[in-house]
Amino acid sequence: MKKALLLFSFVWTVLAGAVETVEIRTLLEDLALERIDDQEATLQELADSGDEYVTAFVDAWRVGEIREYQQAGTELFLVQEVSGKYIRVSTGETIDISSEVYESLDKNRAPRKLRRLLTRVTDTIGLASKNVNTRVEAALKLGASQRAEYLPELQRRFENEKNAKAKRAFEEAIMISLLANAETSEELIGAVIRLGELHSIRAKDKILAIVASAGESGDEALQVAAQKASDMISDHEELLKHAGSFFRGLSTGSVLLMVSFGLAITFGLMGIINMAHGEFIAIGGYTCYVVQGYFSNWFGESSPAFQWFFWVSLPVSFAVAGGIGFVLEKGFFRFLYKRPLESLLATWGLSMVMRQAFRLKFGAANVQVANPDLLLGNFEYAGISMSYARLFAIAFAGFVCVLTWLLLTKTNLGLYIRAVMQNRNMASSLGIPVKRVNSMTFAFGCGLAAMAGAVLTQIGNVGPTMGQAYIVDSFMVVVVGGVGNLLGAGISAMGIGVFDQFLQPLFGPVMGKIIVLGMIILFLQWKPGGIFPTKSRSMDD
Amino acid sequence: MKLFDNKIEFGGYLSACVVLLLILPAMNAFFPEGSSMHFSSFQLSLWGKYITYAVMAMSLNLLWGYTGLLCLCQSLFFALGAYAFGMYLMLHVGVDSVYNTALPDFMDFQGYTALPWYWAPFENGAFAIAATLLVPGVLAFVFGFLAFRSRIKGVYFSILTQALTYAASLFFFKNNLDLFGNNFILFGGNNGLTDFKEIFGYDVNAASTQRWIFVMSAILMLVVYLVISWLLRTKFGKVQQAIRDSENRVRFSGYSTTTYKMLIFVGTSMVAGIAGAFYVPQVGGINANEMSPAKSLDVVVWVALGGRGTKFGPIIGAIVVNIIKSFTTRMYPDYWLIILGAIFMLVVLFMPNGLVGLPKQLAPVWARIRGNSSTSAIAAS
Repeated sequence: MKKALLLFSFVWTVLAGAVETVEIRTLLEDLALERIDDQEATLQELADSGDEYVTAFVDAWRVGEIREYQQAGTELFLVQEVSGKYIRVSTGETIDISSEVYESLDKNRAPRKLRRLLTRVTDTIGLASKNVNTRVEAALKLGASQRAEYLPELQRRFENEKNAKAKRAFEEAIMISLLANAETSEELIGAVIRLGELHSIRAKDKILAIVASAGESGDEALQVAAQKASDMISDHEELLKHAGSFFRGLSTGSVLLMVSFGLAITFGLMGIINMAHGEFIAIGGYTCYVVQGYFSNWFGESSPAFQWFFWVSLPVSFAVAGGIGFVLEKGFFRFLYKRPLESLLATWGLSMVMRQAFRLKFGAANVQVANPDLLLGNFEYAGISMSYARLFAIAFAGFVCVLTWLLLTKTNLGLYIRAVMQNRNMASSLGIPVKRVNSMTFAFGCGLAAMAGAVLTQIGNVGPTMGQAYIVDSFMVVVVGGVGNLLGAGISAMGIGVFDQFLQPLFGPVMGKIIVLGMIILFLQWKPGGIFPTKSRSMDD
Repeated sequence: MKLFDNKIEFGGYLSACVVLLLILPAMNAFFPEGSSMHFSSFQLSLWGKYITYAVMAMSLNLLWGYTGLLCLCQSLFFALGAYAFGMYLMLHVGVDSVYNTALPDFMDFQGYTALPWYWAPFENGAFAIAATLLVPGVLAFVFGFLAFRSRIKGVYFSILTQALTYAASLFFFKNNLDLFGNNFILFGGNNGLTDFKEIFGYDVNAASTQRWIFVMSAILMLVVYLVISWLLRTKFGKVQQAIRDSENRVRFSGYSTTTYKMLIFVGTSMVAGIAGAFYVPQVGGINANEMSPAKSLDVVVWVALGGRGTKFGPIIGAIVVNIIKSFTTRMYPDYWLIILGAIFMLVVLFMPNGLVGLPKQLAPVWARIRGNSSTSAIAAS
């Protein structure tokens, strides 16, 4: 029953919308052909409709791009050229005429007396749009223009508006407009105070100008009020900035987290410092790039199927990097177990070879990976804008955490991994296939890094050295978190990410990095083994 | 006290003295260009550069090969020394034709009219030379104090030193620093310090000046070699090697391993700093690339390839790798990094004792080839 109702309401809305459009088109034609007496009232009605076609029509009408067409035996109607086709205004049907015929038709231009009115209609029609964001934008634009003639219109809309967000925007627009158009000083002070309460960043410059001018003219009450309002706005701006840094820090931390999980596991399990881990990030990024290339070959870049390339490349990059990691473990890393210092050098060599291989294959410059439509744009909450790509990075890191936790606690492989981490020889003597566990775990760690790389394509650059930017940071994460401890790695990744982003606006990116490093060294004075040190009775651990 | 292990080493050392201090400079000075005996000035300063690299490698070897501390900031100390001396050279370029000031060009370019306070003392040569020792030394002291006090060792020490190098290179890559509303001009940013004119009143690019700098670099290397040989035979050197083999036993025996490590860390940082000071006039510039983490790891591979924990290995390693580098970057520029990477991997996997240890490592193989049934010699792997 509910479903049926929903369906019904949906159909009704669509039909009603269609009917309305046709009605408006007819109305427009009637207006232009002077079949209506009260043109001003009709225009007002059209403005209230908020229909997008009205603007398109009026714009064309004003410059004479609407023509009158009459076939023998039919009534007179209007034709408009829309992207090479000729459309009948009242119905939206395509009329089959040649361009020569069209050029010979009489032009129908908006009469001079209506032009002022028409300008107002096209300016304010956005206020009546069905789309909330269009309404908000239109209102703020009108408010910023500070022209008195829009004030009554804004007032009227403000009173009738239901949506909270749009209502707030209308109010802000009215107050901004009042800053220039207020009739009494009480009204002006009221507007200033209200703008302060609304945290209107757009009005800040204008309010500061008022502070200055009121200071000159000696209007103390106004100056105090405006100063207070601008302080309120500044405080709010500061808050937004911090919230933005925090958010960016979380997303950077998320990438670090995915990278450092792999590092923490390989270090804890095999005693290998894998300097080539960063290159697995690059493998992820380049896999995305290659998959994108295939998709654009198969489907073309404008097709909806192309949008899927990113979601497909996430598992693909995991598989590719996992495969490469598996092979490298069998052929190379196996010989480095429990020799951390030597492994650091050998894997650094591997990292150089891989970087140069990327450079030879894909070029030294960064390659471009498109954003799927779903990750474009920003999500706004309480004035903080968060890009969907970064939100996705955070969510994906959460997913990876859950995946890793499930793997380690709920599967046989996870049980083996933990056993081998704690005591390799004992695990081996109990029949756990240590070699296979090593290969699988290493491949898993590489796969995680590659997925981090795939996510990075959405918020950073893809180039041969993209892994290098993260490798130093992710080693810091492992050291601070406590070696081989995933919970520690998670906490320190988020902590380092957030700290880094907080310090950057204050000290600049370079000093920010240096301060973070200093803090890490001081932190290790306090807790040399990291947040969660490995407990061991062995002297040399 | 005997400084050399055997006669071969003594003979090698003496012949190195003769070749580096007499023959090469003489070939450069007394034979005309084009003569088959002539050793060109370009070659001379190239070898001078290798020698400074070798000194840096020796200092790292003392840390890594003999004390067990794999330090990834040796190139940072080297570059700090180089910058300190480079600043002295930079302040003696004279008045340039474009801006008509005695300031370095990058300061003119940014509208500076006076030297900032932290640049001014470097006009004094004695101060600059002291700084090549003290800047790396103080940094090593502070960092080492914090790191060794909390008993950070093994890979953790390596990772932290690498991060230190990374942070410092970021800092030196910058042109300016905005801090608390003040703008500080740094050390030339990407381009670093270059275009030097004179050194202690002599033309830095003249063949005779370059020859003297080469001779002095060679003396530095030979002296450092002697000092290391001496150090290894003192009680201090023995404790140091014991720390490498088992730090806990040394500590339980009542030695403060932290103090030993601090001393050796600060000492080697100063040696690397002086090497850097000799590097600058011979290469004609220094930029932040020289202190990147990658360069630090390069130094490690020189030591590893030559043979770590051997006195002669680092010198061989530094020179061999850099000769290969000059050759490859000229002939096959695309493949240099792949070759270097392969050296890293192969040395670690197959040559744990480096080139110096290779004859010993191959001895059993030779024995088998010659049909001897010797089973006592075991490859030192």
